[in-house]
Amino acid sequence: MKITLKVWRQESPEEKGRFDTFKLDHIDSHMSFLEMFDVLNQQLIEEGKRPVEFDHDCREGICGMCSMYINGRPHGAQSGTTTCQLHMRHFKDGDTIVVEPWRARPFPVIKDLVVDRSPFDRIIAAGGYVSVNTGSPQDANSILVKKSDSDAAFDAASCIGCGACVAACKNASAMLFVSAKIEHLSRLPQGKTERVRRAVNMVRQMDMEGFGNCTNTGACEVECPKGIKIKNIHKMNAEFFRAVWVSSEEVEA
Amino acid sequence: MIKLDAKIPEGPLATKWTDYRSKVKLVSPNNKRKLEIIVVGTGLAGASAAATFGELGYQVKAFCFQDSPRRAHSIAAQGGINAAKNYQNDGDSVYRLFYDTIKGGDYRSREANVYRLAEVSVNIIDQSVAQGVPFAREYGGLLDNRSFGGVQVKRTFYARGQTGQQLLLGAYQAMERQVARGNVKEFTRHEMLDIVLIDGKARGIIARNLITGEIERHAAHAVVLATGGYGNVFYLSTNAMGSNVTAIWKAHKRGAAFANPSFTQIHPTCIPQMGEYQSKLTLMSESLRNDGRVWVPKRAEDVKKKPAEIAEEDRDYYLERMYPAFGNLVPRDVAARAAKKVCDEGRGVGPTGRAVYLDFKDAIQRLGRHVIEERYGNLFEMYEKITGDNPYDTPMMIYPAVHYTMGGLWVDYELMTTIPGLYATGECNFSDHGANRLGASALMQGLADGYFVIPMTIGNYLSNDIRTPLPAISSAEFEETEKEVKERLGKLLSINGKRSVDDFHRELGKIMWEYCGMSRTAEGLLKARGMVQELREEFWKDLRVPGKADELNSELEKAGRVADFMELAELMIVDAYNRNESCGGHFREEYKTPDGEALRDDENYAYVAAWEYAGPGKDPILHKEELNFEVVTPSTRSYK
Repeated sequence: MKITLKVWRQESPEEKGRFDTFKLDHIDSHMSFLEMFDVLNQQLIEEGKRPVEFDHDCREGICGMCSMYINGRPHGAQSGTTTCQLHMRHFKDGDTIVVEPWRARPFPVIKDLVVDRSPFDRIIAAGGYVSVNTGSPQDANSILVKKSDSDAAFDAASCIGCGACVAACKNASAMLFVSAKIEHLSRLPQGKTERVRRAVNMVRQMDMEGFGNCTNTGACEVECPKGIKIKNIHKMNAEFFRAVWVSSEEVEA
Repeated sequence: MIKLDAKIPEGPLATKWTDYRSKVKLVSPNNKRKLEIIVVGTGLAGASAAATFGELGYQVKAFCFQDSPRRAHSIAAQGGINAAKNYQNDGDSVYRLFYDTIKGGDYRSREANVYRLAEVSVNIIDQSVAQGVPFAREYGGLLDNRSFGGVQVKRTFYARGQTGQQLLLGAYQAMERQVARGNVKEFTRHEMLDIVLIDGKARGIIARNLITGEIERHAAHAVVLATGGYGNVFYLSTNAMGSNVTAIWKAHKRGAAFANPSFTQIHPTCIPQMGEYQSKLTLMSESLRNDGRVWVPKRAEDVKKKPAEIAEEDRDYYLERMYPAFGNLVPRDVAARAAKKVCDEGRGVGPTGRAVYLDFKDAIQRLGRHVIEERYGNLFEMYEKITGDNPYDTPMMIYPAVHYTMGGLWVDYELMTTIPGLYATGECNFSDHGANRLGASALMQGLADGYFVIPMTIGNYLSNDIRTPLPAISSAEFEETEKEVKERLGKLLSINGKRSVDDFHRELGKIMWEYCGMSRTAEGLLKARGMVQELREEFWKDLRVPGKADELNSELEKAGRVADFMELAELMIVDAYNRNESCGGHFREEYKTPDGEALRDDENYAYVAAWEYAGPGKDPILHKEELNFEVVTPSTRSYK
């Protein structure tokens, strides 16, 4: 296959970016999208130019590190697929493909296609856990969990934290990410004790990081490579309202 | 000169760990606050250790090269985690898990460590469930189990095909909780490039900030390496692209013995290589062998036919035929070699002839498509994404690939390396899996080391350090080590040759796969050693790394890692050459039974080969830790 790539290049967070155009003549349709970038970078190194920086690690769709915005869609047009699992057979010979980094103010560009997603770690640190120290728990089977609850918690927990939801949202909202963690934990008996604190603190941190709010366009759900549902956001809102208006528990800032 | 002292506690096997814990020296809570520990790597072994140290009150600095600790490669583990809970009432026990692991490792691991691993396995499940890890459950609300290779009980806990992800998120969240409390500081996008020794003790690290390229000095009272395996020395493996040997290799060069470096696990069920451009191989979980049947055509002339065109009687379900007792669930090394054997006979399928079928037709007929979907849905999807084939309709094609390294830094019972104050946990140490690791036990070991073992054993060392102030990073030792790190980076950038890092890495991988992979010969290994030496020389003459040191530069990162792989490769070859026997994942063609099975030599090789670094260009020095089997008697490992 012959492919033309228009790739966002940016030297540093402060500098202005630009698109560079590259032509690739020998792309195998079995290649993954990132393997095509490997080929591009080899070509650039041979020509004595600076290769394109991009994030990637496991290349099997689970670590959440890869993050390209391909033809206007995070991880490309293939549904339920991360960039590393996207294969060139879904493109046509002669295609021009535009590749950009995630674009959202809380995710500043570091270089080229690499962005800073550390706000997600800080949101988890604000309450995305069950407070249990190592060594203290009781026997695992003494906590009964309904299969349906366990399955629902798992569905939410399968979020890979890639940030595609933020990139897809016109408001740069992180609510799909945050709500998935809240739903995962508050759905389980182990996580119920802290649900009030968790909802308040995670939402507070999300706001402090500068993410926008949800206006129900549903782009996040469409673009999520792991099929995280927007209904998690509705449940998060319910958790939050319950915490703020119904619960008598005070949560200090 | 290194002296190996495994420090195995006295007393009967079953009470060693309990006795150790009752007698080990403790550090009081107000002193823990004054002690700093560096943890390198945030996978299961690293994150669980960092979280637990934080809970205990130590001051922790956690480093990872990824942009978030949650992305460490433990995240990709699919199948499950073993624990001797005996929830299925099928006769499981701590002893049985211990026995299976020792036997599975082909009697090349230390009894005391493995017994402890089996003992704490039950606590791991309790801990993870309490954290909210959504393991699979039955309708009654209890936990579900499945079976894995090399065992005859169901003791594997799982979370669909994403067990590693869920366990890592549990450990990561526990660590983030300590970050919020100020006990753990995380340093993401940082790579450790050397270890700093003061008076022979590990007292800090030199790390590179991967965003700015700045070289940083970090001091501590102890350093824990949890940096995973080095399977990427083969270029193609199931490891993440960034997985590397650098941290433990630097430690090795500073005096930590490297044990059994050639013990590599080749996983039997991976998606076969499609082309030269390929950057990695993808694992298909071993759990698939619970319901999938492995076969190739009986006749070589049938290999180009579509699988549906090959009649039942013309198929060779070779694992069921060769190993009736374990069938498709034989251990990984056995299954991998069998696949190689049938492909060598010309009966391999697929475009390259290096693949076998993994067929779910019978299971779908027996259980219904929905059951298979629930058990393996995400794996089937992943397979279809990569290959374009739908495994519900046509059998998967699989072939063995490098997956795990049993070798690693030599550690004693306390997980300390031969450098005082330097520890190694999880895949980067050698301790528990001998010559072959059983499925679903890597997660178990990582979490056992991190949650339960090292938080206890490190106190025994640190209790002597409560009056030691944090070493000054302005000291001569930090100065000198930093200088060496900078010089090496400068050298990599200044060669200005013609060949890229990947080009060299791919060539190294081919040599290793050909001569130090699934089967090895003395002659081949000798040849490979020469080839690696030549390639390494060429690397330092003709490498091209674009860009600068003081910026984000992923080519420079890769160059440093491949430079270390080039040195490690030779040690692996030396180790494989030294071991004149076949055991587990180490198969020497010269040493096999008449029917082609591995032939161990317990009289001469029942030892851990711990190698000491002797300096550039010098032969490494072999130290032997004799393995004394007090409880289990080594026997021929048969799965027939």
